Amino acid sequence: MRIGIDIGSTTVKVVLLDDQDNTLFKTYERHMSKVREKTAEMLRLLEPQLRGQEVQVAVTGSAGLGVAKAADLEFVQEVFATAGAVERFIPDTDVVVELGGEDAKIIFLTGGLEERMNGSCAGGTGAFIDQMATLLNVTPDELNELSERYEKLYSIASRCGVFAKSDIQPLLNQGARKEDIAASIFQAVVNQTIAGLAQGREIKGKVLFLGGPLYFLSGLRRRFVETLHLTPEQAVFPDNADVFVAVGAAVYAGNVAAMPFEELLRRIDSASAQKNTTNTLPPLFASKEDYEAFSARHAAHCPPAIDTESYTGDAYLGVDAGSTTTKLALITPDGGLLYTYYASNGGNPVAVVLDQLKEIYRRFGDRVTIKGSAATGYGEDLVKNAFNIDLGLVETVAHYRAAAHFNPQVDFIIDIGGQDMKCFKIRNGAIDSIMLNEACSSGCGSFIETFAKALGYSIADFAALGLFAEKPVDLGSRCTVFMNSSVKQAQKEGAGVDDISAGLSISIVKNAIYKVIRASSPSELGQHIVVQGGTFLNDAVLRSFELELGTEVIRPTIAGIMGAYGAALAARDQHLSHSTLLGPEDLEHFVHNAKSAQCGLCGNRCLLTINTFGDKRRFISGNRCERPLGKGDHKDVPNLYKWKYDYLRSLHGGENRRGRIGLPMALNMFENLPFWYTFFTKLGFEVVLSPESSRSLYACGQHTIPSDTVCYPAKLIHGHIEKLLDMDVDAIFYPCLPYNFDEGKGDNHYNCPVVAYYPELIDANVLALKKTRFLHPYFGMHRPHDFAKKAAEYFRQEFGIPAGEVKAASKAAYAAYTAYLGMLRDKGAEMIAEARRKGQDIIVLSGRPYHVDPEINHGIDALIASFGLTVVTEDAVAWMEPKQPVHVLNQWTYHSRLYSAAEYVTTQPDMQLVQLVSFGCGIDAITTDEVRSILENGGKLYTQLKIDEINNLGAVRIRIRSLLAAIDARRAEQAAEAGRAKAV
Amino acid sequence: MAELVYNEQGRLLFTEEMKQEYTLLMPQMLPVHFTMLKRVLELHGFKVDMLTTNHRGIVDEGLKYVHNDTCYPALLVIGQLIDAVKSGKYDPHKVGLLITQTGGGCRASNYIHLLRKALHRAGYDYVPVVSVNLSGLEKNPGFSLNFTMIRQMAFSMVYGDLIVHMANQCRPYEIVEGETDRRIDKWVNRLVSEFSQKGSFKTEHVRENFDRIADDFASIPLRRVPKVRVGIVGEIYINYAPLGNNNLEEFLRSEDCEPVVPGLTDFIIFKLDNRVVDHKLYGGKTATYLGAGFLENYVKRLQAMMIAAVKRHPEFRAPCTFDHLKSLVKNYLGYGNKMGEGWLLTGEMLELIDAGINNIVCTQPFGCLPNHIVGKGMVRKIKENMPQSNIVCIDYDPGATRINQENRIKLMLANARMAARKAGGTAPAVSARPAGKAAETV
Repeated sequence: MRIGIDIGSTTVKVVLLDDQDNTLFKTYERHMSKVREKTAEMLRLLEPQLRGQEVQVAVTGSAGLGVAKAADLEFVQEVFATAGAVERFIPDTDVVVELGGEDAKIIFLTGGLEERMNGSCAGGTGAFIDQMATLLNVTPDELNELSERYEKLYSIASRCGVFAKSDIQPLLNQGARKEDIAASIFQAVVNQTIAGLAQGREIKGKVLFLGGPLYFLSGLRRRFVETLHLTPEQAVFPDNADVFVAVGAAVYAGNVAAMPFEELLRRIDSASAQKNTTNTLPPLFASKEDYEAFSARHAAHCPPAIDTESYTGDAYLGVDAGSTTTKLALITPDGGLLYTYYASNGGNPVAVVLDQLKEIYRRFGDRVTIKGSAATGYGEDLVKNAFNIDLGLVETVAHYRAAAHFNPQVDFIIDIGGQDMKCFKIRNGAIDSIMLNEACSSGCGSFIETFAKALGYSIADFAALGLFAEKPVDLGSRCTVFMNSSVKQAQKEGAGVDDISAGLSISIVKNAIYKVIRASSPSELGQHIVVQGGTFLNDAVLRSFELELGTEVIRPTIAGIMGAYGAALAARDQHLSHSTLLGPEDLEHFVHNAKSAQCGLCGNRCLLTINTFGDKRRFISGNRCERPLGKGDHKDVPNLYKWKYDYLRSLHGGENRRGRIGLPMALNMFENLPFWYTFFTKLGFEVVLSPESSRSLYACGQHTIPSDTVCYPAKLIHGHIEKLLDMDVDAIFYPCLPYNFDEGKGDNHYNCPVVAYYPELIDANVLALKKTRFLHPYFGMHRPHDFAKKAAEYFRQEFGIPAGEVKAASKAAYAAYTAYLGMLRDKGAEMIAEARRKGQDIIVLSGRPYHVDPEINHGIDALIASFGLTVVTEDAVAWMEPKQPVHVLNQWTYHSRLYSAAEYVTTQPDMQLVQLVSFGCGIDAITTDEVRSILENGGKLYTQLKIDEINNLGAVRIRIRSLLAAIDARRAEQAAEAGRAKAV
Repeated sequence: MAELVYNEQGRLLFTEEMKQEYTLLMPQMLPVHFTMLKRVLELHGFKVDMLTTNHRGIVDEGLKYVHNDTCYPALLVIGQLIDAVKSGKYDPHKVGLLITQTGGGCRASNYIHLLRKALHRAGYDYVPVVSVNLSGLEKNPGFSLNFTMIRQMAFSMVYGDLIVHMANQCRPYEIVEGETDRRIDKWVNRLVSEFSQKGSFKTEHVRENFDRIADDFASIPLRRVPKVRVGIVGEIYINYAPLGNNNLEEFLRSEDCEPVVPGLTDFIIFKLDNRVVDHKLYGGKTATYLGAGFLENYVKRLQAMMIAAVKRHPEFRAPCTFDHLKSLVKNYLGYGNKMGEGWLLTGEMLELIDAGINNIVCTQPFGCLPNHIVGKGMVRKIKENMPQSNIVCIDYDPGATRINQENRIKLMLANARMAARKAGGTAPAVSARPAGKAAETV
């Protein structure tokens, strides 16, 4: 008899095999983190069958290692166990795909055994699916059912839950069908498996699909089969897919010395008794008295008391249509609360607001007159349009309004909601710098909630447990998945639920402080800190926050609805004579329909959601610019991004004397194209550019990306190369350029390692390149004289071109590059002058040359322009400033430009700088702090937009609108000051 | 108390007076090599403390004061230094911090600046930071590297390599536990104490030392049972520092493996060779190129002597020459690939496989820029050309848990053992019961 025990991150599987490999027993259960107890319990089930017998046992699985060690049992690595079982039972398998709770694995059996596991990112795992289901407010099973009825697929980022959420949330808010989103989530898992795991090796032949998610989710199976084009014979979903790894362990157990079954039980029991210690933290409260004093202090921050049953008079409504929850507040003119609502919107804020408005009208009838209404939050536009709400305001402003109500001197606000975290400073009555949580950050409310649920507690009970935990576990502060494994580790080591609860609260706080705000002391935040958002209603989180900062903060009793409350206050301050809000009768005939369409007005091809509300009212969302709305007011706003991109894309063609040379339009080609274009056309080559970047271009090269954590601009190259291969070119030219041009603005003039050497990675990973000539020589463009010599040598060897010709071409190329820079600068100056004539503000949208690619910047330039702002590039202004004395090593040409551009902006009253940062850019970890300090020292605002493959413009909009609000507030302040000065 | 003196740019200097009064704190990267470096500094009148602390608080300090997206080694090194300043063990007004500065195209060159920013944020502006570099960056009146020191430091690296190279092949097999470490201590003491003697760097003397070191380690009584050999390559700090890689070497030993760690000598030659290559690729001053070339050849000769010393004992695996290593990279990367570990990292993997060590852990900080290319980026091609290779890439960062890292390494080891069994049945039985300390905290 052989027993296989597979202990994964969330479940325990036990299988009993007889000597003929028949499965006599199998079981699959969630262990709720009580790993050892659960294992012991499941083995007991075998007792009647195995009493007095000898058994061979092996343990496998990510959480099995600790158990095996504690119980002194044989451990076998799970991928290895799987491969063994496949070899035994389904030997003609070519590929195994196994998805687990937190792991994803792929095993290639034919053509060279190879096993791969997901790296440190969680995309494509069961945990990812669970997280997405939570987001849609359904169970994984319901998600599966939804997916069966899909009609279309959206592209959803697959690498990371935070990214995926950024893709899904706008879809939800725009009214996209849940069925489609559900299927798209599964598609994202499939894409992640193919791109992140297979990495270039094709998944073909007979494919075996294993693991819980694939066993339980038919929709996921379907997406795999369709995407991989598998026939029914090729796609194998074994009946025991859920316990297959345990079967593998049982097979492996055949090599292990047998022991009496009773001995096995004894060992497992003794393992359950063992407790290890893990890193722990001090308790949150030393005593009950401490807690009571703490509670009393915070209870004092509440809105004015009011008798809601008898109140008659005016009222103001605020609606905060957040990303996952919808909040309403109905207030009296002095800020008393008549009615509040806070609940998950189930992905449909319109329905929630409709119900709540009806409830308000029912409850207050004629007693109350709503004199003004305001909407805020992600779904602001949708809700505002649906219900004819008077005012829309950006959520940061709404939060500020509310916070100022509790403390007019507030200078720092942190809001942690279910899914989002927002922090901002207030300076001179205006929002100053905004920090939002981005990818690779865990720690919002839903995270604790998911854990509470997984461990079988309500969120309130779970939080309460943490308050008096004696030894909170130290869980670190990175992404949710890492946190999951930290929790797993802590549980394995015997930490109690109370300690985990407290540990989670502390880690959320640490994440907020060190990762999002990045402060090292409370004085960096401010003197008057207001905390809000539903998550802060959890006393354990609030206490952790105060302890970590070592200071007292204000948490209003209505922390969960501050956005709505602030909106209501803003509505009040409009002093409207009456509100346009739909009345009770209008609500009776309220109809809401949503359908999707693709905009064809420009190359962005935005996926639009067209909402119609019964009568003729229509609301379009998903657009990046104003054009599909038929407004088009700002389409002629000067935009240097667009000019630069269009100009560069025009550089192709030329006489074909020596052949067609393909250039990938990616990374530094966006800087050097004018150079290479001239160089090659002079030499008699026809220059062929790879097509414009797009998500589908990305997808077609995705399978050759070896490192998933590299930046999106680099990953796009894979697609460009694949496309060039189809364009009938004689050679692809993509040189290695460790050194950039020396613009004299730094201590050195490097490219970053990725830009410098990516051609070599392409060479080693894009197999299809074998079909063509791939030229990726090292050149140093910073030394024109030497370049000409080296290039002459290289092109003589490669194409037999006479040295004289190459030298002439090189000379012309340098001249063309210089001319291009001149043209760019002139164009920039022209746009700036025009903006000034029209009195428009100017945004220096600063990034790298390749950030002009619309697929990389996701149309952020157009979005900014749509607010009536002129957009210029960093290189259009950087040249006007000399080398900056900075506090970091200033040695990369593109980055030096950022410092100079920032310095220049501080000298121009009508300019602001917005920095684009690609996710995964290691060097921007250094530049962002420095650019921020240059701007802030120069009295400017700093705005950073982090971009990746996702195109979530919602967060961008918040930042830009907050920036505009801050500019206005500052101007008003300055005007007032000037007025005061005059009066004196 | 030493007066705080600033230079024209406002940088706090390490003064002559501080040299008398202050203790310099230095991070540890390679235990043996850095111990020797510390002793060299002491020879020259510095009070030095090498930090070997290893606890969660270090990461927390790093997270607090360093941009969290910065590479993990920066976070650790800076966290460790700040943790030490705060520890109460030293008078913060009487410590200086030592940190190396390279100046390559990798963001790691920024450590010193990040350290100063961190000190500023932590309220330790008065703690001087001393740059250790060979490029003449950031001079300090109380700390300058003269030729004697540089030579002693360079020899610390080379001797350190030989000692570690021999020791790694002894420790997993030693009969008397601790014997290897005792001999390491003996040699470290002996070598450093003779550094100040006349003639200690004469070729003949060095050769004799090399031979004696090799002989001495070869004389340790060993029980040569077959063990899986596992190469460790990667980003230089994570590669070597136990703090960075969660005691990877110890973990591998506890898994009954022999860790094989390439030395620093190749890295030194690599950095010199880069200058020669740069000249070849892009042109430039002939003098720098000649200077670098001269030094390169000098270190290469030392390396040849070291190899010869090991080869006197055929039962020990000898390192290969830099030139051989370089030739292996030929169809993979250009020699212009020099940022971070550059082509050397790929070269080390190729050399390990070339020497029959197919099992490799390639370590890197999460999101390490050069390693996207020279580490993870080359694995596919290596596998294609050498199907027997068994490489696992492991990311290290503040959030990565040891359990996930070890599980991936275990997969690699399971494959290694299977391959070994298939190859000849002499391989060790699969053992899942790690005996060592490293695994206890899992």
